Amino acid sequence: MSKNKEFVKFDKVDKSYDGKVLVVKDLNLNIAEGEFVTMLGPSGSGKTTCLMMLAGFETPTNGEIYLNSNPISNIPPHKRGIGMVFQNYALFPHMTVYENLAFPLKVRKILKDDIDKKVDKVLSMVSLSGFEKRMPGQLSGGQQQRVAVARSLVFDPQLVLMDEPLGALDKNLRESMQYEIKHIHESIGVTVVYVTHDQGEALTMSNRIAVFNDGKVQQLSSPDKLYEEPVNSFVAEFIGENNTFSGEVTDFSKDKCKVKLTSGNEILANPIAIKSKGEKTRVSLRPERAIIDPDSKMENKFKGKIEEVIYHGDHTRVRLNLLENKEFILKIPNSSARMDIKVGNELNVGWNSFDARALDPK
Amino acid sequence: MSKETKQILSTDGIPLEESLKKAEKKNKIKAFLLVCPLLLFLIITYVFPIGEMLFRSVDDKMVTNMLPKTYKAMENWDGKDLPEEDVFKAFYLDYKILVEEKRHGKLATQLNYEKNGFKSILKKLARKQKKFEEGNYKDQITKVHKRWGQVDYWRAIKRRAPAYTYSKYLKGVDMYENEDGKIVQVPENRRIHKLLWMRTLNIALGVTILCFFMAYPIAHLLATLPMKYSNLLMICVLLPFWTSLLVRTASWMILLQQQGIVNDFIVWIGLVSDDNRPEMMYNKTGTFVAMTQILLPFMVLPLYSVMKTISPSLMRAGKSLGATPAIAFFKVYFPLTIPGIGAGCLLVFILAIGYYITPALVGGASGTLISNQIAYHMKETLDWSFASAMGLMLLAGVLAIYWLYNKLVGVDNIKLG
Repeated sequence: MSKNKEFVKFDKVDKSYDGKVLVVKDLNLNIAEGEFVTMLGPSGSGKTTCLMMLAGFETPTNGEIYLNSNPISNIPPHKRGIGMVFQNYALFPHMTVYENLAFPLKVRKILKDDIDKKVDKVLSMVSLSGFEKRMPGQLSGGQQQRVAVARSLVFDPQLVLMDEPLGALDKNLRESMQYEIKHIHESIGVTVVYVTHDQGEALTMSNRIAVFNDGKVQQLSSPDKLYEEPVNSFVAEFIGENNTFSGEVTDFSKDKCKVKLTSGNEILANPIAIKSKGEKTRVSLRPERAIIDPDSKMENKFKGKIEEVIYHGDHTRVRLNLLENKEFILKIPNSSARMDIKVGNELNVGWNSFDARALDPK
Repeated sequence: MSKETKQILSTDGIPLEESLKKAEKKNKIKAFLLVCPLLLFLIITYVFPIGEMLFRSVDDKMVTNMLPKTYKAMENWDGKDLPEEDVFKAFYLDYKILVEEKRHGKLATQLNYEKNGFKSILKKLARKQKKFEEGNYKDQITKVHKRWGQVDYWRAIKRRAPAYTYSKYLKGVDMYENEDGKIVQVPENRRIHKLLWMRTLNIALGVTILCFFMAYPIAHLLATLPMKYSNLLMICVLLPFWTSLLVRTASWMILLQQQGIVNDFIVWIGLVSDDNRPEMMYNKTGTFVAMTQILLPFMVLPLYSVMKTISPSLMRAGKSLGATPAIAFFKVYFPLTIPGIGAGCLLVFILAIGYYITPALVGGASGTLISNQIAYHMKETLDWSFASAMGLMLLAGVLAIYWLYNKLVGVDNIKLG
């Protein structure tokens, strides 16, 4: 059986809470069966609202959501059969771990023996066997989180929603949980829609990421494409670090354009969102794509003055004043070779035109 | 191991425990001085009066002290036939002193509690005893009134001999110790206290249940509404709370009386005819309605404070896991509100069981409670020891309910805010 490419489908969905402001604007989004899709965006961008509409706790103001080709707007949440992990876990504090996990099975009137088997299985999956009799309050944050994940999976839903499930954990635990959730997803092949505002989390876990801003999906693509090839300035700046130059396009061909910066210099860039000469643009360049002491083949070569040096252990971040941009960041691997990186010194910096993406001016 | 821990010394060589005590001493004294005023206040205004009440309810020394010689002489009397001459003589001598000191009225009141008819024969004896001749007091006293010749009256006197008695408590549950020393019920037509106890329990229970069913949705609404609406609603809940109890009860009187607003309304909409207006006041209905309204905030507030702490995502989690809204409510939400329910019910029940003003004003004859009876004995009959006994029985009842609650739910589960 081929996998359904439109397992979850948002079709022209609008959402407004007060009738004045649209929180979600004309959302069209397809999620394939078995996919791990992350909705990423700053707070207030509409990503959680989308999740709540999918779960059934909010109704779309306009448009329709399809689950496995069936419209679900009129189906109440308890009949949708969608597992959900909440931001604060939402474990029932008056029930033991076992009772929490058995809850979705009991309301489905499954036999006691089968419940025991399923609870055992799901507990061993999140490596919490033997914790059945504990109360949620007796568990650590990470354990509670794992119980919450187990509970959302125990009744074999086809779709699991996760609303910033790792937000309350400390950094190390968050990272190990990211892998754990990813492995669970891979091993049972369930479709996951994951909401987060943490880009690192989104990049490591997802098959595809939908970047939300201002109620709209800005870009929906795989993590590497999202990072390497952002389609607009918002995505470029939201994901990872970014050096930007504002300017005007003075020359334009199919895969190259010349941008005149406010400082008067001209740089060569890769036209992504540029259609013609004379447009205003914002050129985006990843810090790791700019190198020091470039060879003569590099298309863009400039001199910059070191403003600040920040030691980061494995690498050093250098802030340069380059082409009147005082926030130009360079990442230099730590080695004994470069002893001249000191505040006030000058550095030769260069990059390929392909890596400098000319995007919308914002 | 334990020996080692005992030998831990501070850097100066003083045993650690001692040094800790020394360091903490100042703080401890400070803490004690801070609680001192309240402690004193509690002792003076609570422990002392309750102790006094307990003492008064069992104290029966008054009669004992008034008739010392009589009781001494009565020690050898078996109580079957009329006592011998020596008892009569002792009683005459005791009573003579009382009359001279003008204290015989009190004795008459006390003995009349014990047996009706004492007042008149004691008054008569007070008049006649001035002309008594020495010797043969038995004949002289029995001649004053024929009741003095009845053994029952002498037995009644003897029953008051002990300095302490539990008879007031028996009276509180419509029982008494009869002439043979057996505890029996009073005749059926005089069993008024039992009725009052049952009615008090009924009304307190009924009011608690009514309050619970009315307060639960309100508290839920309060806890889930957005701030600006919930604040307004909270004021609506608290406004009656800030109004004087008397004013609220009076307003219920205006509403509920037979020519009152509620009656006018149901006559106007044609539910009842004008000459058949239902009585909604001066009976149980009035007490129920007014007390429920007055005690409602005491249920709403603990429920609200507990519901406020329940995350709305729990209900959502329940629903997303496949539970219908009703199941999610009963399996997830309701169990989490039990601490609030316990606190609210206990509070309302305890307040209702001792409620006084409202039943006194709107209760009428069939709506008065045990507290009204206590007030009656305090103010009208002046039988303070009986009032104290009933007050203590009420207190014991409340403590028993508290104990039961602790056994069933656990006091740790109470949340008042």
